Amino acid sequence: MSAPIAIDVKGLGKAYDGVKAIDNLSLSIYQGEIFGLLGPNGAGKSTTLRILITTLKPTTGTATIFGRDVVQDADTVRRLIGYVPQERAIDRFLTGREHLLLLADLYHLKKDEALTRIDQLLKLVSLEEHADRVAKGYSGGMKRKLDIACGLLPNPKVLFLDEPTLGLDVQSRLNIWEYVRQLRDQGITIVMTTNYLDEADQLCDRLAIIDRGQIRAIGSPKDLKAGLGGDGIWLTLGDPTPQAVEKLTAALKTLPCVRAITPRDRGLDIRVDGPEKALPAILETAGTVECRLDGIEYHRPRLDDVFVAHTGRSMKDELPEPTP
Amino acid sequence: MQEQIQEVLALTNRWVKRLSREKFSMLFTLVQPMLFWLIFFGNLFQRAADVQVVQAPNYMSFLAAGVVVMTVLNNGLAGGVDLLFDKENGFLERLMATPIRRSSVILSRFLFVMAITGMQILVILGVAFLFGVRPETGILGIAVILLIGMAFGIGLTAISMAMAFSVKSHGDFFSVLGFLSLPMIFLSSALVPLVAMPGWMKTLALFNPMTWVIDAVRPLILSGWSQAIPQVAIAIGVLVVFDALCLYGGAKAFKRTVG
Ligand SMILES: Nc1ncnc2c1ncn2[C@@H]1O[C@H](COP(=O)(O)OP(=O)(O)OP(=O)(O)O)[C@@H](O)[C@H]1O
Ligand SMILES: [Mg+2]
Repeated sequence: MSAPIAIDVKGLGKAYDGVKAIDNLSLSIYQGEIFGLLGPNGAGKSTTLRILITTLKPTTGTATIFGRDVVQDADTVRRLIGYVPQERAIDRFLTGREHLLLLADLYHLKKDEALTRIDQLLKLVSLEEHADRVAKGYSGGMKRKLDIACGLLPNPKVLFLDEPTLGLDVQSRLNIWEYVRQLRDQGITIVMTTNYLDEADQLCDRLAIIDRGQIRAIGSPKDLKAGLGGDGIWLTLGDPTPQAVEKLTAALKTLPCVRAITPRDRGLDIRVDGPEKALPAILETAGTVECRLDGIEYHRPRLDDVFVAHTGRSMKDELPEPTP
Repeated sequence: MQEQIQEVLALTNRWVKRLSREKFSMLFTLVQPMLFWLIFFGNLFQRAADVQVVQAPNYMSFLAAGVVVMTVLNNGLAGGVDLLFDKENGFLERLMATPIRRSSVILSRFLFVMAITGMQILVILGVAFLFGVRPETGILGIAVILLIGMAFGIGLTAISMAMAFSVKSHGDFFSVLGFLSLPMIFLSSALVPLVAMPGWMKTLALFNPMTWVIDAVRPLILSGWSQAIPQVAIAIGVLVVFDALCLYGGAKAFKRTVG
């Protein structure tokens, strides 16, 4: 990617009472991209984010945002960023608008500019109707929207979102994805955490897979999946004798679209490029060597496979994965 | 400087709004339990209390000073509660991610707590007035009472905020709070004068800054300037040390949490 670097993290570590929450993280985030930190609960996503927004001091390493160090030059960094916390950090006794007015004062926005901007933001997150209600009566989704409006108020160059769609219904999730994309298209750099695989897959331009405080892989969802060695076709043989398996393997190896073949229970796992061509070719080959097939499964690599490949365990075990 | 004023005012405004939205809480903030102490204890012990011992025309006029300072105590010790909740629900982090001066949050809290405390002192003196307690030193004396009360309140609020920043959970906070406030009251001259205390309690009470504050407020109500001035001077000395210690501790705890 040729865009300039917005965030540069080098050897970042944080220990709580001697227990390492994150360890030796290094990564670069480019201007104008949506960068995701994907990992299961307790992986260290929020800890990383907190260091970047200057509210937590790292134990080791450095991080800079547009060249400004988050510890040494915290005040400047704070002027560049917006933050949407993971918890609904809402004051139940204030109205939505009052939240934004308070922040406008804290960012020293000019009064009339602030008022127009607040109106725009309330509209953007479609909260105008509820703007003058006390937040006590807001639903989870409305609070989340208010959170996002608060994060956007300072007109940040980098927006940090901690689990922006956690616990939201499908429609609200899609809306928020849509805002996030719009913001990216306006040139804002977005850094978000998530433990939803589909969110990471569909929304993030690039992501870092993080597990137990360490980065296991970085790349675009597409590259990460491609890194697994192509789409998988799983064959189950009707008569899986070693000879039959060997014969079929030898024959399949000659096909140009086949990248790798590994034996699996009662059959083969074949990695291919372009399944639409590979599938008929494989079937034909099986026919030529007179190998009876009991089953054939097409397996498109998902981010979960990437996660398993890099961490040795599945994320899905712990999480329901909502699909929009 | 002007920016910091804007920050502090905006944050103080939030505390005021919160209070005004909690109707019950607002009612009980003004008509607080301390008022009952004044009314019930004041009348209840009217005959049990020896006028010779308390050195006052009646027990209520003796108790008024104690109730004023107890109010300062309660307000001050509870002064950090809202920050504690802000810390727990993440609002504090949201504030800290903005480019405000770190001290603005703390200052807004001091400002708010002191304003509320001042109003409550006036309410108490007003109720005492209805029961016939007329401060000997007049309006000026009342102003001095307010100043002394607030000076004591600043240290207490600092302790409370330090605790709010240091504790792991709000359960801990309220345990410590409950544990602190009663001994502070009983081991002071709030309810009986030092001369009427058993020796060991008296000794402990001498180490309680609250005793010195009460002993300055009391002559302002009961006796008049000539007796009050030396007591006020001592109280100022005690409070300077007390506040310095509390602010130092508070600043350290704050630095540890928010940097
Ligand atoms: N204030 C703290 N004190 C002690 N340990 C902490 C603290 N905050 C986080 N941790 C620990 O650090 C590790 C990483 O936590 P973190 O909140 O960064 O995880 P996360 O990836 O955001 O998880 P989640 O998906 O649940 O939000 C966890 O093991 C957690 O227990
Ligand atoms: Mg988290």
